[in-house]
Amino acid sequence: MQSNTLLLVILALAVVSYFFARHKAFGVLKSNGSVSARHSLPAHYGYLLALWCAIPALAILLGWKLFEPGVINGMLVDSLPQQVVDGGDSRIGLYTNDINNLVEAGGIESIADADKQAAAQKLVSLRSASRLVLTVLVLAALLVSLLVGLRHMQPQTQARVIVEKFIKVILVSCASIAILTTMGIVLSVLFESIRFFQQVGFWEFVTGSKWSPQTAIRADQVGSSGSFGAIPLFTGTMLISVIALIVAVPLGLMSAIYLAEYASARTRSIVKPLLEILAGIPTVVYGFFAALTVAPAIRSMGESIGLSVSSESALAAGAVMGIMIIPFVSSLSDDVITSVPQSIRDASFGLGATQAETIRKVVLPAALPGIVSSVLLAASRAIGETMIVVMAAGLAANLTANPLEAVTTVTVQIVTLLTGDQEFESAKTLAAFALGLMLFVATLLLNVIALYTVRRYREQYD
Amino acid sequence: MDEAQAVLDSIEGTVGEIAVDNPKMSMRDVDVFYAEKQAIFGVDLDVANNEVIAMIGPSGCGKSTFLRCLNRMNDTIPICRVSGSVMLDGDDIYAADQDPVLLRARVGMVFQKPNPFPKSIFDNVAYGARIHGLAANRAELDDIVVGSLKRAGLYEEVKSRLDAPGTSLSGGQQQRLCIARSIAVSPEVILMDEPCSALDPIATARIEELIDELRENYAIAIVTHSMQQAARVSQRTAYFHLGKLVEVGDTNEIFTNPQHELTENYITGRFG
Repeated sequence: MQSNTLLLVILALAVVSYFFARHKAFGVLKSNGSVSARHSLPAHYGYLLALWCAIPALAILLGWKLFEPGVINGMLVDSLPQQVVDGGDSRIGLYTNDINNLVEAGGIESIADADKQAAAQKLVSLRSASRLVLTVLVLAALLVSLLVGLRHMQPQTQARVIVEKFIKVILVSCASIAILTTMGIVLSVLFESIRFFQQVGFWEFVTGSKWSPQTAIRADQVGSSGSFGAIPLFTGTMLISVIALIVAVPLGLMSAIYLAEYASARTRSIVKPLLEILAGIPTVVYGFFAALTVAPAIRSMGESIGLSVSSESALAAGAVMGIMIIPFVSSLSDDVITSVPQSIRDASFGLGATQAETIRKVVLPAALPGIVSSVLLAASRAIGETMIVVMAAGLAANLTANPLEAVTTVTVQIVTLLTGDQEFESAKTLAAFALGLMLFVATLLLNVIALYTVRRYREQYD
Repeated sequence: MDEAQAVLDSIEGTVGEIAVDNPKMSMRDVDVFYAEKQAIFGVDLDVANNEVIAMIGPSGCGKSTFLRCLNRMNDTIPICRVSGSVMLDGDDIYAADQDPVLLRARVGMVFQKPNPFPKSIFDNVAYGARIHGLAANRAELDDIVVGSLKRAGLYEEVKSRLDAPGTSLSGGQQQRLCIARSIAVSPEVILMDEPCSALDPIATARIEELIDELRENYAIAIVTHSMQQAARVSQRTAYFHLGKLVEVGDTNEIFTNPQHELTENYITGRFG
C-alpha cells in the first residue's frame, strides 16, 4: 500500500476505535448502575483506545519514511559497479542521482547502459520490497496495539488521567518545536559567524569604521580590498531607529492617551482601527512614499534654508518609519492604559485631581510596563526594518550622526550581501551572518535592559 | 416588575425629619438618571456637621448612587444625569460656576474596595497634598502625611516602612491608608461607600472606631450593607428603597421603632 493509504487506514481505524470504545464504556458504566463510581467519561475511553491504536502505527510509518531513503541508497551503492565506487563520493552521488531520475522518468527497459539498467532495476525492487514490508509492519502494529488497547479497556483504567497526560505532552512538544527552531536559527547564525571571524578579526569587525565588503574575486583585480568595519552600519541603524522612535513614541503615546481617556466610545471604535491600518500598509509602499515624496520634500525644504541635504537621507527614512510604527505604540499602549483599573482613577478623582493629573500621576505610572513593551516592540520593528531604508536612505555606509546624509543599516547590508550571485565561502557572504548575529545580540541587550528598567520602576497594581 | 412598580408608587414622601439645624450639605429633590432609567426619585436629605449619617437599604436601592452625587463622582459616568439641588455650605455644587475638582477636595470619598495607588505609602497620602499644593516644602509635606496617618490610626503600623508600596498592606490597612489619603487634603465632608465590605471583622471594628473619632472634625456619610454597622457608627440613619428615601431619623429610633412598614421589614430581616 502507498504510505498515504496507510495513513488513511490508521486514521480511519483510530476514529472507529474511538466510537467503539466510547460506546462500550457507555454500556459498561450503565450496566454498573452507579455513574458516580466511574473514573472517566466514556469519551476518555474512546480517546484512549484511538491513541493506543494510532500511535505505534504512526510512529512506525514516520520512522520508516525518515530512514527509508538513506537505507535504500546505501543498499543501492553497495550494488554499484566497482569503477563508480572508486570515483569517490561525488561520483557516487551523481550516479545515484542519475539512476533516481531515470526511475522517476519510467521506461527502465530502454536504458542503454547495462550497468545503469541493472542499478535501476535494483532500485525499483528495493522500493517495492520496502513498501511491502512497511505495509505489513504497519498493519501488524495496528492489530497488536488494538488488541493490547482493548485489553486495557477496563472500568478501573484511569483513562482520563492518561488522556490528560497525552494532551500535556502535545502542548509541551509544540512549545519545544518553537524553542528548538529558535535555537537552531541562532546556532546556525553563530557557526557561520565563527567561520567569518576566522577570516576577518572580531575586533576589526566590531570596532572598524569602514564598511566596504567588495573583496577581490580574482588575484588580478584591483581596488577591492574589502574592509569589514560594522560601526557605520550600527550607527546608521541607531540613527534611523532613533529618528523613527522620536516620531512614533510621542505621537503614538499621545494618541493612545486620547483614545483611552478622552475619546468617546464611538470615536475610539472608529479611530483605533483607522490607526491600526497604518500597520497593515506594506513596507514597500512606505518605502516609495519615503523615496518619492518625503525625501524630495525634506531636500527642498533643507535647501531653501541653506542646508545641504542628500537626496536619500536618514531623516526621510526615519520619519516615514516612525509613521509606520505609530500603531505599535498607540494600539498596545491604549490597551494597557484602558486596563488600568477604574478604581484607582476614581481614587484620584475623589481626591480632587483633574483628569490630566490623574493620567500623568496615576494612570501612566501604572501602565508603564505595558507602554515600555509597546515601545520595545516598535523599536524592534524599526531596527529590523529594511525596505524603507533601502529605498529612502541609500546604501552608502557613511559614519555620520547627521540625519540629512545618506546612511545604511545592518539589515540593508545583509540583503545586499546575500542577493545576487555569491560565492558562499567568501568573507563577503559570511559577513551577513556576523551582522545578523550582532543585530540579534544588540536587540537582546535592548530587551534585557528595558525589562530590568521596567521592573525597577514599575508601579504594580493588583 | 409590576410588583416593584406598585411598591415604588406606594412610597410617598419621606417619613421622619430630613432637615437638621446646621446642615453641612443639604439635598433637595434630587433625581438621578442612568440614560433613560431613573435611579433616584426626588430625595431630600440634610447632612449635619460632626455627625455620621448612615444610608442603608437593599441592594440596588440607589444609596451608593445617591452618595456619589454628593461629590459629583457620577460626572465620570457619561450616561449619568443628576437634577435637583445639592448644597454644600449653601452653594449649589451642580451650579455652572462650580468646579468639580475643587469640590472633591472639600468632599472626600472612601470606596468600597480599598484602592491605594500603586505607589509608596508616603506617596499615597502625599498625593492629594501635592496636587493641591498644600505643602510649601518637604517638612510640611511630612507633617501632613504623618498627621493623616496618625489620625487614620495607621502610623504606628507603617512608620518604619513608609517607602513600601501601599498595595503591600493588608486589606484593613489599605482601607485605613485610603482614609488617611482622603483626610490629608483636609476635606469638610467624607463620603464612605461600604468601606468595610471587603474587610474581616477585626479590621472592620478598627475602621468603625476610626469613623467615630473622625466625627469630631468632619461630616460623614456612610453607605453600608450592615445594619449592625449603621447602628454602631451613626447618629442618624436613612433608609432607601428602590431609589426613594423611605425613612430618615435618629439611629436609635429607626432601629427600635421604625415608622414605615418597608423600613421595619428590612430591619427585621424580612428582605434585603
